[in-house]
Amino acid sequence: MSEKRVILQVKGLSKDFQIKGKKLGSKKAVLHALQEIDLDIHEGEVLGVIGESGCGKSTLGRCLVGLHKPTEGEILFEGKSILGVRAKDKLEMCRNIQMIFQDPYSSLDPRHTAADSVSEPMVVHKTVKGRAAMEQRVLELLKQVGLDVQHMNRYPHEFSGGQRQRLNVARAISINPRMIICDEPVSALDVSIQAQVINLLKKLQKEYNLTYVFISHDLSVVKYVSDRIVIMYLGRIVEICNGGDIYKNPLHPYTQALLSAIPPECPDEEKERIVLQGEVPSPIGERKGCPLAGRCPQCMERCKNEMPRLKQQGEEGHQVACFLYEKK
Amino acid sequence: MGEVLLTVNDLKTYFYTVSGVSKAVDGVSFHINRGEIMGIVGESGSGKSVASSSIIRLLPARTGKIVSGSIDFDGTDVLKLGKRELLSFRGRDVSMIFQNPMTSLSPVFKVGHQMVEMICAHHKVSRQEAYRMGEEALRKVGIPDAGRRMDSYPYELSGGMCQRVIIAMSLCSNPKLIIADEPTTALDVTVQAQVLELLKDMREKNGMAILLITHNLGVVWQMCDSVMVMYAGKTVEYTTCKELHHNPLHPYTWGLLDSMPKLSSNSGEELATIQGTPPDLRLTGTCCNFSNRCPYAEDLCRNQVPDLKELEPGHFVACHRQGVESRLFRGGVKQHE
Repeated sequence: MSEKRVILQVKGLSKDFQIKGKKLGSKKAVLHALQEIDLDIHEGEVLGVIGESGCGKSTLGRCLVGLHKPTEGEILFEGKSILGVRAKDKLEMCRNIQMIFQDPYSSLDPRHTAADSVSEPMVVHKTVKGRAAMEQRVLELLKQVGLDVQHMNRYPHEFSGGQRQRLNVARAISINPRMIICDEPVSALDVSIQAQVINLLKKLQKEYNLTYVFISHDLSVVKYVSDRIVIMYLGRIVEICNGGDIYKNPLHPYTQALLSAIPPECPDEEKERIVLQGEVPSPIGERKGCPLAGRCPQCMERCKNEMPRLKQQGEEGHQVACFLYEKK
Repeated sequence: MGEVLLTVNDLKTYFYTVSGVSKAVDGVSFHINRGEIMGIVGESGSGKSVASSSIIRLLPARTGKIVSGSIDFDGTDVLKLGKRELLSFRGRDVSMIFQNPMTSLSPVFKVGHQMVEMICAHHKVSRQEAYRMGEEALRKVGIPDAGRRMDSYPYELSGGMCQRVIIAMSLCSNPKLIIADEPTTALDVTVQAQVLELLKDMREKNGMAILLITHNLGVVWQMCDSVMVMYAGKTVEYTTCKELHHNPLHPYTWGLLDSMPKLSSNSGEELATIQGTPPDLRLTGTCCNFSNRCPYAEDLCRNQVPDLKELEPGHFVACHRQGVESRLFRGGVKQHE
């Protein structure tokens, strides 16, 4: 890729949730799910987002499709803000960005047949007119994801997990979106089925020049599908790098720890483990300093008081938020 | 090590449901030595959990039945144990760690209360003594501030902490075997690494054997000495961990190994997949269960159930195409035909 066109731009995105206090009548606390996220997504790329549970990766995905209203910041799709637009324009926006959810069991209406589920977005967006044309289009979509005509009138409970996820994919691509947010699309599937769905997603990407944001907690899956990878920790981006670099040259201490925690690929492999002490701190309430400060083996005095910013480091496109690399 | 602790021979566990007999476990044999970590891998529905629950006879009373086979644990025939003996067998000799740490603890009792209850059931000690033992056990599994944790409810602890509490509980009675059914599936990778490390540590210190059930081959490589691959209720391959990695023989194992994305592999190439889906467990038992998805299947595979054969010393495979004189080779090249 010579000229990378930015399709979606995220500027200073923050999302807070108000949560109830522990005691009756006590003040409400604020949970900072996302803090000051800056991100450019290029056209036709797969952007992997990885992090532990509670780090805000799903919230980020939901903000991008407009399921959450961000507290602060802007999201620009091809230069136009997708926030605060009129209802009519919003429909247009939704057409461009679609989402595939994690749980294939709960993301399909149990009372809709496969054909109903897949055709619903096309009915809402009025892209296909007439019953015969709709049926034709649904069949075409089903064939594209590896299902067939006999599956059209079945209900979700008659499908296996992998087939259901295929239906979700068919539904997402039904209105020709430019971008698909995949929120843990393969986490609920078995390895052999997982490989089938990953291959399907890759095939469709090539066919339609789709842009994916691929959210997962499984580093090997993310590494496999992504061109660039975003590593998140406690609502912040700690590192952005190209797909290959994460394995060869991880910079942030958190990324290094994450890599060392992955089970080995063969029984002879001896891994040097970087163990992070303790657990992920709670995102509730205010904090200052680097989010990893309490667990980082290389924590400095400065980390406890200041928040490191994402800075370019080394190769092009490799950004890291850590003071360790700022001195030089 | 070296001494056999548990022998399971030709175990068959069927479920009698309204729509037919589901052969969840259909002829599984293996053995575990003292201090050994054995892994069972397989996809969901392959019968790995049912096989392990059968060892402590934890099956739904109405529908689940062990139809045939024998389970010998340290000289006792588990299948002949009475109700009362079974109670002391579970928990004292064999304890189990379940997949979801949040649901295996009762949400309405404090951690301390649940630990005391557990300890009092198996040891003749006073409640004060049991409380002290519980606190000690929590400290052993690396829970900081164990005294205060005894006084917390499970919802106040994170998933990793809950799993530690459960491991602590199962260690209290000093069992000879721990069955860990997907102990880390619900946890994050960094926490998973901590929990696995803890299990390994406990093995070193107490010398108990561990039966680890998982669908993650990476976990197997890290933890296990021997491993059994299950598919649709049957053992397809059973050997040592290193042998399985360097010289897998069953086509299903090949598919499983190839379909895992690897960190070091190139992302340009397509992932190998196993076509199709696992068979309905009510209809199995007439052919090789893998024959409908196997690229090497022949007529024989579709008409006859393959036996588990020892092809190399300590390496068992159930495949018609893998024999002493004719061998399949991974990657589709058929030699010796």
